[in-house]
Amino acid sequence: MVDQRDMASIIGEVGFFDGLPPDTLELLAGCAKNVRFNAGDYIYREGQAADTFYIIRHGSVAVQLHVPGRRPLVIESLTTNEVLGWSWIVAPYRWSFDAQCVTLVRALAFDATCLRTKMETDCAVGYEMLRRFVTVMSQRLRGTRIRLADMYAPTVNAAD
Amino acid sequence: MNVHPGTAKPVEDPMLPLTYEVVGIKKELPDTVTLDLRAPNGMPFEFEPGQFNMLYAFGVGEIPISISGDTSDPMQLVHTIRVVGKVSQAFAKLKEGDSIGVRGPYGVGWPVNNIKGSDVVIVGGGLGLAPLRPAIYSVLANRGQFGNVVILYGARTPNDLLFEEQLHEWRGRFDLHLDVIVDRAEAGWPGRVGVVTQLIDNAVFDPEETAAFVCGPEIMMRYAVQALADRGVDTKNVYVSMERNMHCALGFCGHCQFGGTFVCRDGPVFAYDTISELFTTREA
Ligand SMILES: Cc1cc2nc3c(=O)[nH]c(=O)nc-3n(C[C@H](O)[C@H](O)[C@H](O)COP(=O)(O)OP(=O)(O)OC[C@H]3O[C@@H](n4cnc5c(N)ncnc54)[C@H](O)[C@@H]3O)c2cc1C
Ligand code: FES
Repeated sequence: MVDQRDMASIIGEVGFFDGLPPDTLELLAGCAKNVRFNAGDYIYREGQAADTFYIIRHGSVAVQLHVPGRRPLVIESLTTNEVLGWSWIVAPYRWSFDAQCVTLVRALAFDATCLRTKMETDCAVGYEMLRRFVTVMSQRLRGTRIRLADMYAPTVNAAD
Repeated sequence: MNVHPGTAKPVEDPMLPLTYEVVGIKKELPDTVTLDLRAPNGMPFEFEPGQFNMLYAFGVGEIPISISGDTSDPMQLVHTIRVVGKVSQAFAKLKEGDSIGVRGPYGVGWPVNNIKGSDVVIVGGGLGLAPLRPAIYSVLANRGQFGNVVILYGARTPNDLLFEEQLHEWRGRFDLHLDVIVDRAEAGWPGRVGVVTQLIDNAVFDPEETAAFVCGPEIMMRYAVQALADRGVDTKNVYVSMERNMHCALGFCGHCQFGGTFVCRDGPVFAYDTISELFTTREA
């Protein structure tokens, strides 16, 4: 069992939390725990309450869109040191996609209710967390937009 | 008298192709083939990684195609061609024993010899892996002269991965890091899904000691260069391969010209800094 001080130092090594002061790391550690999933496990499913967010410590997770009558579409894959999930920070706090483990996954899991309470009572913590999440969201949005351009598509259909 | 640059064979007219025989055909993807070509007189074909040839489909037309083979095997001239229109279509229909016209090699390629001592980051997108492959062979043949070697490859889907067997082989090596990412995939694909720039964000190299070779669709190259710059790589050490319509390939006709630069003669590989304005020029 990892105690709170150890957890704070584990969190401090994650790039996403770079530069956070020790007391904020302690605060976050109070909402965090280590979790493990097997390959094939679903970490969350579309529509469920988004009550946790994850930082992947090891392994790979496929964020999937379930399409009726077809195999699920992987819209993004996430791996070591990447953030999984931001629906916990945006009302109505429900997952928009499925998250399935491609491999064994070890992650840091943060209790969303605990975090939201701390962010609301301590504006500095709230601002720092939002600032970091907005950066991740903007990077992912940019990636999605670039992919929308379908840049590798042949200019002309070979069958033409 | 002119000298045919690839074979050191004197030719009367630099626009005149030599006849090569198709000795091997590999269907890489539904719309992409690799042709192994041999000079009928058995002469070697010397070239630099990143150079291209003008390939002539008799009676149909002539197009520029990069050389995708190994500089250390000059007996085999290798080209990888994707079907987009009538000339490339004609190449895809060839059979072993057929002939095509070849003139070249042309242009300035990847500066493999000038970046020794650096970490090397090679970023390919889609068919862009073909012009990069000779550079990869060359770096791996002289592996001890480079620092970290990272190959990052992006494609549309798992079914669009070029040179898949070779990707597996390279991935199995201990002295390089290879990462592949696709734009989209169905569940069950064990690899990464996202944009190739994400791989740059996480790759292990020393930005201050890195030279990067980037080849793919222009939009992909634009964002890849930006991601490399964001990591701290100086864009004068980032090289890109440009595609422009060509006719003579000799710097005469102006088909490939922008400003004072001829892509056929001064490129197709350029240091990004020297042609950055081309990436931001809007056509409409
Ligand atoms: C230096 C250089 C190296 C190249 N290396 C390779 C290579 O290794 N393998 C390969 O398959 N191709 C390569 N190309 C691109 C190749 O030359 C073109 O695909 C070819 O000229 C198309 O001729 P076509 O008669 O088949 O099609 P066209 O009838 O000329 O064109 C059909 C359609 O494709 C579009 N098109 C034409 N050229 C391109 C292009 N370069 N990119 C995207 N769309 C295009 C046209 O706008 C048109 O809509 C290279 C080009 C250059 C300049
Ligand atoms: S193709 Fe004629 S000048 Fe470049």
